[in-house]
Amino acid sequence: MTHLPYIAASYGLVLGSVLILSLQAVLRLRSARRRLAMLETTRQRRTAS
Amino acid sequence: MSGDIFLTALPNSAAGSFLHRFANPGRFLRLSRWLLPLLTVVALVALAVGIVWGLWFAPADWQQGDSVRIMYIHVPMAILASSGYLALAVCGVLSLVWRHPLADLAAVEIGPVGAVVTAMCLATGSLWGKPMWGTWWVWDARLTSVLVLFFLYLGHIALIHAFDEPQRGYRAAAVLAIAGAVDLPIIKYSVNWWNTLHQPDSISLTSAPTMSTSMLAPLFICMIGFSAGFGALVVARVDAAILEGRARQLMTRRLPDQERAA
Repeated sequence: MTHLPYIAASYGLVLGSVLILSLQAVLRLRSARRRLAMLETTRQRRTAS
Repeated sequence: MSGDIFLTALPNSAAGSFLHRFANPGRFLRLSRWLLPLLTVVALVALAVGIVWGLWFAPADWQQGDSVRIMYIHVPMAILASSGYLALAVCGVLSLVWRHPLADLAAVEIGPVGAVVTAMCLATGSLWGKPMWGTWWVWDARLTSVLVLFFLYLGHIALIHAFDEPQRGYRAAAVLAIAGAVDLPIIKYSVNWWNTLHQPDSISLTSAPTMSTSMLAPLFICMIGFSAGFGALVVARVDAAILEGRARQLMTRRLPDQERAA
């Protein structure tokens, strides 16, 4: 298979970029959820006191 | 990006009231609660099946040999690059005509994903072109029009972030997205209008495919997988943007309270 390096590079590039985009989305979503939950807890505590 | 998506309203009209149903960020979050896992599972399963099938079980081409296996990722990237830009243009119309607040947010999040997909389309095309055509790049109509699409995506991302006032960035980017949509038919018909090195389309809506079913089936499954993955990425990013907007809103509400207390 003389074309193996081209095939491997194509699949590596695409799957690598999909993985990076997915990780970035997961981390961003998780940090946004955490931050919002923290702010809402603070707000609830304030309104309770 | 500002959190003003919660403050803008759709104008009163029949279409406006119809679209208003889908303009609520809370409703989008509820929708994404089941849509995101569904799209993720479909993407993972379809990509696993499609890629294994395409790499190990689909036949090699009689002329191109094994390099035809690049098709299983190159074609989905090419179709998604164009469809992603079409989605940007639709968001642009929704934003300019109906001031749909989620359309701006979706456009902000589709742009970077679309740019990466277009870059991957160009890169895999180049990696396919080298063993087949003997060159990484030619200024062929199809390749050049896809390169223009990539620059349109970059321009869209740059325009959104170019203004201090986010609304101005959204408007300018929406105009670019709509104007740039003229590149989409050029990409599609470039192989028919000009004498190009790039081969004509093998799959068309109006005629039978010119490839065997043993290749078409894994290609179709990869298409489903990458499309679901693209959708999942955009939904997750829009979700994150909505939550970030809410957090910003809470922060700005807290500031006057703190000032009053001081």
